[in-house]
Amino acid sequence: MDQLIFDSPLILSPVMLTLLALVFGGVLGYAAVQFKVEGDPIVDQIDSLLPQTQCGQCGHPGCRPYAQSIANGDAINKCPPGGQATVNALADLLGVDAQPLDDSGEGDANIKKVAFIREEDCIGCTKCIQACPIDAIVGAAKQMHTVLKSDCTGCDLCVEPCPVDCIDMLPLTTTIGNWSWELPPPSAQRAVELIATDSGRGVAV
Amino acid sequence: MSQLIARSRDQRKIWALPGGIHPAENKQRSLQQPLVDLPLPETIILPLSQHIGAPAKPLVKVGDQVLTGQPVAEAAGAISAAVHASTSGTVVAIEERPIIHASGMRAPCIEIEPDGRDQWVPLQGCEDYRELDASTLLEKIRAAGIAGMGGAGFPAAVKLNPRPEQRIHTLIINGTECEPYITADDTLMQRYADEVIAGTQLLAQLLHFPQQVLIGVEDNKPAAAEALRQAIERSECKKVLPEVVEFPTKYPSGGEKQLIYILTGQEVPSGALPASLGIVCQNVGSTAAIYRAVRYGEPLTSRITTVAGNGFELERNVRVRLGTPVKHLLYLHGYKADMTSRLVIGGPMMGVAIADMDAPLVKTSNCVLALGHSEQPLPPPAQACIRCGQCASVCPAGLLPQQLYWYAQSQDYERIQAHNLADCIECGSCSFVCPSSIPLVQYFRASKGAIRQQAQEKIKSDRSRERFEARKARIEAEEAEKEAKRLARKAAANAKKKAAQEAAAEKGVAADAESR
Repeated sequence: MDQLIFDSPLILSPVMLTLLALVFGGVLGYAAVQFKVEGDPIVDQIDSLLPQTQCGQCGHPGCRPYAQSIANGDAINKCPPGGQATVNALADLLGVDAQPLDDSGEGDANIKKVAFIREEDCIGCTKCIQACPIDAIVGAAKQMHTVLKSDCTGCDLCVEPCPVDCIDMLPLTTTIGNWSWELPPPSAQRAVELIATDSGRGVAV
Repeated sequence: MSQLIARSRDQRKIWALPGGIHPAENKQRSLQQPLVDLPLPETIILPLSQHIGAPAKPLVKVGDQVLTGQPVAEAAGAISAAVHASTSGTVVAIEERPIIHASGMRAPCIEIEPDGRDQWVPLQGCEDYRELDASTLLEKIRAAGIAGMGGAGFPAAVKLNPRPEQRIHTLIINGTECEPYITADDTLMQRYADEVIAGTQLLAQLLHFPQQVLIGVEDNKPAAAEALRQAIERSECKKVLPEVVEFPTKYPSGGEKQLIYILTGQEVPSGALPASLGIVCQNVGSTAAIYRAVRYGEPLTSRITTVAGNGFELERNVRVRLGTPVKHLLYLHGYKADMTSRLVIGGPMMGVAIADMDAPLVKTSNCVLALGHSEQPLPPPAQACIRCGQCASVCPAGLLPQQLYWYAQSQDYERIQAHNLADCIECGSCSFVCPSSIPLVQYFRASKGAIRQQAQEKIKSDRSRERFEARKARIEAEEAEKEAKRLARKAAANAKKKAAQEAAAEKGVAADAESR
């Protein structure tokens, strides 16, 4: 019997292939159980790049749903609070081209803002409290409400429900504590980073 | 035998600082005049934040009378320093005032109107301070509000309190003063050598007598080194004999990590503190102030400041009260605005431009510099980088400024961090040698700021995510509870209905039976 198998390649090869298939199948099966990945890691990675304002401007109810949607092939440029920096980071992560930010309408998206309740006008209706996605407004029915400035992400969602329009979005001011140096302005000479003798290169004479 | 030790001490190995530059020193000019006390200004403005860390908390109200040396603000938190009135008078305001800061912004200050008497609070001196234990000494240093007087302003008490597992074997006193023009520490070492030595001995005692106690002085200050040596000879305490080490002048030898390398050959790891190597470093000014605080109970209310530059008629060193407005000092030294291209607090390499003449001098203000047009013309416009690599050869931290510059420009903060931007000490050597006069340090400072901001935003977004998820969980739980209640009510209603039906049916049966 052995003789027959080893002598005839026609029989030997299917036997060997079957054996190999069993071995690799076993390895794969083991790995699938042993190294099982809980959840989708790419969604977590995308979620960690999003600014977590939970503002819904992307058309999804929060940052994580948008992350899930990006993982399923949605566009990466729908996050105005994150700005172009977030789009670039997502493009880096996913290995796609960075598209320009799709901020239909709002031009000042890069200025960080926080909500501020004009307390003399607040009637205590709790509508803003229900709208806030991160519980950053405190108050109770018929009591004055106020915004936790340190937690507010500036998502805007509380402004619309307010029946007396007492919520303003105020730009965050720079203080001596969070001030930092600006990059030097790029001078005209350094618009293109070439060595000095290169100036004029590539220009038709 | 003693000769042998002396010789081995003379031949102490000095490690050469990698990189570094030799800018014109210009130190002699301010050393020609004797040290004087600056007259009392019309107003004293004490910023609550003269140190690194949390701003101090005010202890006085507007209208309070204060005496010289009285604490007007206390340390807020672990890394903070107290502030004391530098003269007696009335607190007239606690509000935001211009301070010396690169942003030119305002910060909370306590303003005191001097009464001219300069009456001190009763001080509690301590004759036998050599008997005190470390925690008592630390408390005294903390109460005196001493913050590093070399320029950075790190609270001294925090630095002198290493973690218990960090055994300190080397104490280094920094008398380097490597920036051009500044001679404040030089003057202090010459004039108050005994206090510097006594302070050094006190610090050694506080740190449980390290094996090595070194005082590092650049060799362009021979008089100061000699004064210190004589003070050591004179010193009564023979338990700690500090060694004065002179080494070749080079900028920036006075950086803490740089000085440690020069004197010990050890490199402080990236992101670590010298204490992790068993080394503590203090400035000579802070050391003398610590001595005065412990021995005489005197808080930090004044410091020596150099007045230098072609923009002044009189160049010298003065003892100023903390909180003295810059304009008071300018007026007394014949400041000529038209002769000055730049007015700076600190040295020409790392100093901060003064935006407002009302800003006060603080614990870290070691120099007021009015650079003339000929001394330091404004830099020509920056040109393209020609990749000459000079910046890399002078970087004392061993970084690649040219590489960092590319990444800073493209705002590639991941790579710039991988190239150890955090180890940049912002000494300005790279900008100094750059033939294209690119403001490299500004690029690095801006990048550091952006990285810090990103880190803060990351923390905030993580917190927002947690809050969002907590809210989602809460709402789901509420819904589930409502649903459960609804089901329970429905079940109860059903049961009731059924019971009623059954009762009706039974009644019906009974009625049937009766009618039959």
